[in-house]
Amino acid sequence: MTRWGMVIDLDKCVACQGCTAACRAENNVPFQGPEGTAQGRAMFWNEVIPVVEGEYPDVKARFFPRPCMHCERPPCVFVCPVGATYQDEDGVVRQNYSRCIGCRFCTVACPYGVRYFNWFKPNFPEPMVAYTNPDPEVPVRPKGIVEKCVFCIQRINKAKEKAAAEGRELKDGDIAPACVQTCTGRARYFGDLDNPDSTVSRLVKSTRAFRLLEELGTHPKVYYLMEG
Amino acid sequence: MEQLTGIDEERYLEPVKKVGRGFYITVAFLLSIIAWGAFAWYTQFQTGLGITGLNRPVFWGFYITNFVFFIGISHAGTLVSAILRLTQAGWRRPITRVAEAITVFTLPVGAMNVLFDVGRPDRILNIILHPQGRSPLIWDIGSISMYLTASVIYLYLPLIPDIALCRDRIGGWRQELYRILALGWRGTEAQKKRLKMGIGIMAVVVIPIAVSVHTVVSWIFGMTTRAGWHSTIFGPYFVVGAIFSGIAAAILAMAVVRKVFHMEHTLKPRHFDYMGLLLLVLTAAYIYFTFAEYLTVYYGYGGSATEGSLLTALFTGEFALTFWVMVVFGFFVPGIILAFPQGRSIRGTVIASVLIVFFMWVKRFIIVVPSLSRQFLPYPTGFYQATWVEWSLTAASFAVFVLLYVVFSRMFPIVSVWELKEGEEEAREKAEEAAKMLAPAGAPRQSRASEVLG
Repeated sequence: MTRWGMVIDLDKCVACQGCTAACRAENNVPFQGPEGTAQGRAMFWNEVIPVVEGEYPDVKARFFPRPCMHCERPPCVFVCPVGATYQDEDGVVRQNYSRCIGCRFCTVACPYGVRYFNWFKPNFPEPMVAYTNPDPEVPVRPKGIVEKCVFCIQRINKAKEKAAAEGRELKDGDIAPACVQTCTGRARYFGDLDNPDSTVSRLVKSTRAFRLLEELGTHPKVYYLMEG
Repeated sequence: MEQLTGIDEERYLEPVKKVGRGFYITVAFLLSIIAWGAFAWYTQFQTGLGITGLNRPVFWGFYITNFVFFIGISHAGTLVSAILRLTQAGWRRPITRVAEAITVFTLPVGAMNVLFDVGRPDRILNIILHPQGRSPLIWDIGSISMYLTASVIYLYLPLIPDIALCRDRIGGWRQELYRILALGWRGTEAQKKRLKMGIGIMAVVVIPIAVSVHTVVSWIFGMTTRAGWHSTIFGPYFVVGAIFSGIAAAILAMAVVRKVFHMEHTLKPRHFDYMGLLLLVLTAAYIYFTFAEYLTVYYGYGGSATEGSLLTALFTGEFALTFWVMVVFGFFVPGIILAFPQGRSIRGTVIASVLIVFFMWVKRFIIVVPSLSRQFLPYPTGFYQATWVEWSLTAASFAVFVLLYVVFSRMFPIVSVWELKEGEEEAREKAEEAAKMLAPAGAPRQSRASEVLG
């Protein structure tokens, strides 16, 4: 069995938000503009969240990048009335864009806030239109439905196909979602949590490893390595 | 005696027979609101939900508030009427249909608001084509459609003898409709027996269904992990809230029917007094639940920063004004009015009911929006400001309900004529029996008394 997971080393993260930009380009995440952002409608499949601790002058700012957690007990999957969001056989929480009715129960149920609703017809500013990802596996979503990080499933699929064509098994490191590939500090790792020899399996055993909101019982497959 | 009941029947058939100008003006007014709502919905469908004030994280707003509100109001009828029927409360007779009709007409309006809320109403059939049984929304679809079916049957059964009455008394284009709907009712003993059995069964069946409906509505919230929602008390809390707002709505409907149809002879101050008492009990219960809920959360303050921030928002923060006005004018003021016998006059119960119905809408807003505005991860606080679209569709929702109710009350007698007659007969029999006991025929009263004493 494969169980895709991610590890983000906060010691190496420089909060450059390269992951956010790369993700947007790779996955055709629509722009909301300053107006939409002010209304709280900005979309980031991968967002870098600032956490400010303490008060001036004793302030410490931390940052953590937040993709979808791909929970093993995903609250969003439980509440979707039509099964539009589901866990695939490799544990990736996916979204069926042609089935979603846009009730937003999943967006409400997700404790991590990783799900985004298309309030309008997706919009790309003129200079960006030429740079949208032409991959048919990454369709631009219609208005009125929910979308989210899918661990760059199109890259996973392509890597699988390539390995199959070359007549070999998938190797650790064959797959890099856009955020992992672009990461300036090389803080992100992607791999199979069920493979005991994979980098991610090794890293999650670290004493620095933790997950977000673990107490909710969602069992995320995205691990963080605490700042040392 | 025969003649008297004859006059009575005419009285109740009057609103059905004679449809005046007032009716057409009302309908035209309501239709114009609905037409405006239809325009708003069309605009929203074309542009996207971005035209509303909804955002991230406040993904739900007025529509879900309306949904919970209308489903809550629906508990007026069926549940109240079923309980009164089962306990054989004689004073229920003029009230039951007034209340039951509310149920049947609010349920579709509640469901309609879910349709307003979804981003792709064109795909709504996916709920039937691809149901995902773990979702509380699917449970809701199941229990609400069951409730609607049961309520329609429960409204229809006691209506049959009155439809037959209309069939016999009212001519014109409606006669054929009445003939079909009356199902050949002739009022024979066998028919009466079967009808009573049917009503009795439905009165029992409808109670657990009604309880399940609002429990499941609460689980839409309770089954998520959100602060302020993830609470075991939510099921009973919502059921009590639903009956609470439902009784208030029933009192308002009674007052309107009384005024518009001049039914002072049937809907007496006594009925408002009794319903006011019921409402008082529910007010107390709702205050108790609200107190229990917030106190528990308050003591868990340190446990979750998010819940703490939610309580701060409600008690002293941006929702504080709404919250405290609601607590005072929605719960305590009506409670005080209803606690005094003078307060349970028609005027008093109506004032209390208006406050309760309005603030129970606010309460649903307070349940939905503040919880959504606070998230577990350190995101900025959410905010929500409804736009003209939500206001229009909310107004249209109320208009649809009122329109359905108005049309119904002009098509069928809004009080159960045959049950009133039955009550009258029962009372007469009882009175005769009592008279017989006190004064056996032919024997002077004194001698009877001396017999007993002797």
